[in-house]
Amino acid sequence: MPAAGGGRAGPGPLRQRGTRRLQGTPPASPLSPRPPAGRRAALGLVTLLSFASRFHRLPEPPHVCWDETHFGKMGSYYINRTFFFDVHPPLGKMLIGLAGYLSGYDGTFPFQKPGDRYEQHNYMGMRGFCAFLGSCLVPFAYLTVLELSKSLPAALLTAFILIFDTGCITLSQYILLDPILMFFLMGAVLSMVKCNSCADRPFSASWWLWLSLTGVNLAGAMGVKFVGLFVVLLVGLNTINDLWDLLGNLNLSLVTFGKHFLARVLCLILLPLTLYMAMFAVHFAVLNKSGPGDGFFSSAFQSQLIGNNLHNVSIPEQDGYPLSCHCDPYPGGLCRGEGIYTYLHKDLNNLWIIKKHDSDADSSSPVEFVRHGDIIRLEHKETSRNLHSHQHEAPLTRKHFQVTGYGINGTGDSNDFWRIEVVGRRAGRLIKVLRSKIRLTHVATGCILGSSGKTLPKWGWEQVEVTCTPYVKETPNSLWNFEDHINPKLPNISLDVLKPSFVEILLESHMVMIRGNSGLKPKDNEVTSKPWHWPINYQGLRFSGVNETDYRVYLLGNPVVWWLNLFTIGLYLLIAISTAVALKRGVQLTSEHKGELSRVVLCGGGQVALGWLLHYLPFFMMGRVLYFHHYFPAMLFSSMLTGITWDTLLKFFSQFLSPSTTARRVYEGGIVALILLIVYSFYLFHPLSYGMIGPMASDPSSPMAGLRWMDSWEF
Amino acid sequence: MLGFLKNPVVVTAEINLSLVALTVMGLMSRLWGLSYPRAVVFDEVYYGQFVSLYMKRIFFVDDSGPPLGHMLLALGGYLGGFDGNFLWNRIGAEYSMNVPVCSLRFLPALAGALCIPLAYQILVELHFSHCAALGAALLILLENSLITQSRFMLLESILIFFILLAVLSYLKFYNLQRHSSFSGRWCFWLLLTGVACSCAVGVKYMGLFTYMLLLAIAGLHFWHMLGDRTLSNVGAQLLGNMGLTRGLALLVIPVAMYLSFFYVHLALLYRSGPHDQIMTSAFQASLEGGLARITQGQPLEVAYGSQITLRNVLGKPMQCWLHSHTNTYPIRYENGRGSSHQQQVTCYPFKDVNNWWIVKDPGMQQLVVSNPPRPVRHGHIVQLVHGITTRYLNTHDVAAPLSPHSQEVSCYIDYNISMPAQNLWRVVKHNILHLKLFISACYLSHCSNSESLLFTFFFQWKILTLKNEDTEHKYSSSALDWITMDTNIAYWLHPTSGAQIHLLGNVCTWASANVAAVVYTCLSLWYLIRRRRKIYDIPEDAWQLWVSAGQICVGGWVVNYLPFFLMEKTLFLYHYLPALTFQILLIPIVLQHLSDHLCRSLLSKSMFSALVVAWFSSVCFAYRTFSPVTYGEPLSVAELKDLRWKDSWNILIRKQGR
Repeated sequence: MPAAGGGRAGPGPLRQRGTRRLQGTPPASPLSPRPPAGRRAALGLVTLLSFASRFHRLPEPPHVCWDETHFGKMGSYYINRTFFFDVHPPLGKMLIGLAGYLSGYDGTFPFQKPGDRYEQHNYMGMRGFCAFLGSCLVPFAYLTVLELSKSLPAALLTAFILIFDTGCITLSQYILLDPILMFFLMGAVLSMVKCNSCADRPFSASWWLWLSLTGVNLAGAMGVKFVGLFVVLLVGLNTINDLWDLLGNLNLSLVTFGKHFLARVLCLILLPLTLYMAMFAVHFAVLNKSGPGDGFFSSAFQSQLIGNNLHNVSIPEQDGYPLSCHCDPYPGGLCRGEGIYTYLHKDLNNLWIIKKHDSDADSSSPVEFVRHGDIIRLEHKETSRNLHSHQHEAPLTRKHFQVTGYGINGTGDSNDFWRIEVVGRRAGRLIKVLRSKIRLTHVATGCILGSSGKTLPKWGWEQVEVTCTPYVKETPNSLWNFEDHINPKLPNISLDVLKPSFVEILLESHMVMIRGNSGLKPKDNEVTSKPWHWPINYQGLRFSGVNETDYRVYLLGNPVVWWLNLFTIGLYLLIAISTAVALKRGVQLTSEHKGELSRVVLCGGGQVALGWLLHYLPFFMMGRVLYFHHYFPAMLFSSMLTGITWDTLLKFFSQFLSPSTTARRVYEGGIVALILLIVYSFYLFHPLSYGMIGPMASDPSSPMAGLRWMDSWEF
Repeated sequence: MLGFLKNPVVVTAEINLSLVALTVMGLMSRLWGLSYPRAVVFDEVYYGQFVSLYMKRIFFVDDSGPPLGHMLLALGGYLGGFDGNFLWNRIGAEYSMNVPVCSLRFLPALAGALCIPLAYQILVELHFSHCAALGAALLILLENSLITQSRFMLLESILIFFILLAVLSYLKFYNLQRHSSFSGRWCFWLLLTGVACSCAVGVKYMGLFTYMLLLAIAGLHFWHMLGDRTLSNVGAQLLGNMGLTRGLALLVIPVAMYLSFFYVHLALLYRSGPHDQIMTSAFQASLEGGLARITQGQPLEVAYGSQITLRNVLGKPMQCWLHSHTNTYPIRYENGRGSSHQQQVTCYPFKDVNNWWIVKDPGMQQLVVSNPPRPVRHGHIVQLVHGITTRYLNTHDVAAPLSPHSQEVSCYIDYNISMPAQNLWRVVKHNILHLKLFISACYLSHCSNSESLLFTFFFQWKILTLKNEDTEHKYSSSALDWITMDTNIAYWLHPTSGAQIHLLGNVCTWASANVAAVVYTCLSLWYLIRRRRKIYDIPEDAWQLWVSAGQICVGGWVVNYLPFFLMEKTLFLYHYLPALTFQILLIPIVLQHLSDHLCRSLLSKSMFSALVVAWFSSVCFAYRTFSPVTYGEPLSVAELKDLRWKDSWNILIRKQGR
């Protein structure tokens, strides 16, 4: 007998843990792996509806809409393998390019501006791919809510909200990054939730599957846009919470805890990182031809691109300069001399000749090398004027000195002298092309040549201002390097020695992307969207068409849905606070209520509400240009919250009704009424996504007549 | 009847002599030789302007913060009999005889000195030993940067004083909570918390961080109270009262106080001044001088035929008047776009005869005011005639010179037949007049003070949000530099001798404060994880002490420091001082904890004490070493070079360098 008992208790620790974990959660049936038939049917229904709504009239309009001009173009770049630069990581655009490639698009359409007709070009593959991913959001949200609330009506409500939201439909129908981003984002949330519900059988196959899927999706979300960072944060917080719970469980030995910890490190940190780096590896491997993005990167990197000036060439080890000088004086004739600006792209006006400060080197004299600490003069090759600075204030940065081109045919004055210094070197050392980071100090005033990073107005060709800063401080803005270098008397070197490693390329491209992102500042006169506009659906985005005769598509959320979401956030706050206080005060509740409330409202709803906060609040602190569509990830969370909150609310209140049949009827009736309301509002507003032709909404004969509920909507 | 005479009248006084001694030492360190240097030091040049404006009662709006701090500085000037006549134009300028330097600098110095007993009391209220409290007070006393900042007409020491006062009063209140709720002292400390918070916010917006921290801590304590089942018998009534009093004292009173600062500010300043322009016309008209001189006796309502000027109310970057002159738009702009070549209409920021327009009824030909005058009402259609050139204000479907998406506005000239005149305008009161031209209500000569209060409020907010220019200064630093004190600020330099004053902290204290923060964090994490596994290293009450001290000190450091990483304004080392104060308070807390709980044996305890004594003498040594640049004593070049402990410090050495 004891032997048999011992034998049965063999896998004891694991099973015991399992049952213990189970007791915490109420005995709900969905823990069984196979969903009941009703749920499967519902899942099938919402998936079908979702796909139908996203693919309906997908080819319309057959011209470039809104940001398709960017992302379609970037897809083409991948197909043509030309190097480009974008502020977002590459995965989304690579997938677009892949979809185009597989569907037979040849990358020849220029995507010049919105409104260009596609003609014979095959764009449906790319749009279809985005629509496919966009359609997956609905079943993902459905499953997530089902897992969190264990309630079919809540999941259905969420699914219907997303299916019939005009904004989600519109955003999924075009070649954009957002459907791809949201796909990975919801995928991460779903796998995280699924993984949490597998917590009672850790290290099982499904547990590993969901955990690693979470990691994969995180990498995907991060790889499409940096906004994916917020979902990483959400998953991170959830994991910390999870680990904290495990740590407090004294039945787990520290070794087991260590295993849990390592499993998460492996799946949620190492796996995504590897995938993320792999994406960049593919990106750089595919794009091997020189293209429009070269100028954003360092010279060493450019030397790797086929077709770039620096590719496979050899240049002498000194001289040359990435400064451009255009022969336009400052407006108003403030000073003699020419404007000096930095210019991000390479052209002939960027070339300067290095001369000694006291003599004009003629071509016969022997080569002298420039050394650290030398005093030099820089003569602009095209216009033969010297780089000059004086104590006048710079055009934009008033506290800096102005930098101009001065003198005729290389004769100027003592304000043309610059001391050349290599960062981190001793005096007398040679200066090397590309590798030496140099600083130019103005001899007369002691200021340092730098670019202020501000864009000059029209008269300066919107190039970047160059100033001489009197504040002697080490900033990246005052560092220069020699790039092109022409000197027939010197032996040339091959640039292959400079080949950067993959890690260096990766770091550099991130620096460039971050700089690019923060550089996206609103221009003058540009109407920008404010984060507080978004939840109230204050103003949409014109995707296509302006005039009455155009086929117009307007990205705007279904107002009924969005306002319901907004209202629900307030409602949820109220419910959550009262539940928390009631639990804290120990108000007499049946244990069933207590478990239900704390599990659904505080845990499930809390997770979703946290997701909403994380995807919304950071935008208030961002300095860059913001658009309405940035809210859509948060909107997904908000919709899930709506489903959970209304389901709980209706369930809670209907329980007080006496016969259980009435209670059930009220509960179900409430949900059905909400769904009908959403469907009806979609019937009203569907032309927003499926195209409006004819007069504007202010005209009574328009299909949208009377629907322009807010003056700020532009349809 | 004379029963009270039966017992002798006894006064028992309990005087904490060490507290008294600390206060006296503090006063000495901050007040000694206050009028030296008799020259404008650093930001005095900035605050001094406001003090002068207060003395002269001239209206201004400060774009850097709320008015309480300036008013306190001005109070010093008022008590010293300052007449406001000094030109604050240059750092290092010698003060003239009419400037009461000592009394101008007195209040900040006093506030700085009082921080020392406050620090002592805070540690006592956190239930740490007398010895730890003494240590905290001494560290604050010997902190060079706090001394420098206190001894001049600057706001940080006042801010730190109010912050510490708020923390202390909250702690006193919380400690009284257990046994004597709703007693007189309980109410007093609760009220003082609110008042000190609002004063801190009123001095500088930075005070908001500490206010938020205290609100969060109060919320947390209240949440614990909610869960206290022993209170459940007493019922919700008491809890409700508790919540209400807290809400009143910590939310309502601070807001009311804050508004009252602005009320006093407006009540004091009744003369027109340099910042009139950013206020509404109606407000300007309520000031003595300025616009009021013009609007005095003007008719209130605009009628057909009235001559008016139109001011763009919320214009950026400055307010301006609708203006026209005989020049026309160029036929072609530089970028090739065409114009209507009609008379220019511009917005002109100065008063000018060309700003005058006449309101005309489109249905009538003559421009005279009918008798009785017909007032222009909301929604009426009018024409605007330019007074000097008698041309109509016109707009048409031609792109504006700089904003191609908007229509051009011009004064219509008749010769161009191809473009019909479109010169009818609808007056929309308080709203856009077709092209964002507002009709300014400049005919109100009376304006109640409450209204203007809101206006000031609004404009201050607007200026704050608008301000983003000029993020560079010779002594500006980034938030990351502060921890290691990589930069200093030269406050003042004697024109001939080498005497100079720098904002430079006590190196030893800064380093130890950083170490204390790291030790605190690591130990807390360690304890937390161990407690989670049900291993209790320290007794429960010691843990509670440790946590509550951390809430205040580490919390105070975090909220006063981390937000600067998100700010885009120009940052200076002195912005770190409030955070530093909290970090310094943490040092004795960590030390006492280490000695109480980690030094188990008597030997290790005495070793530890010896180490602490050695460390403290190094703090004193650092204080002595840097006190010449704190107090501005003359130094030779060699001595100055010795003081340059870090290469990044900017100690000014004459006739040296390039």
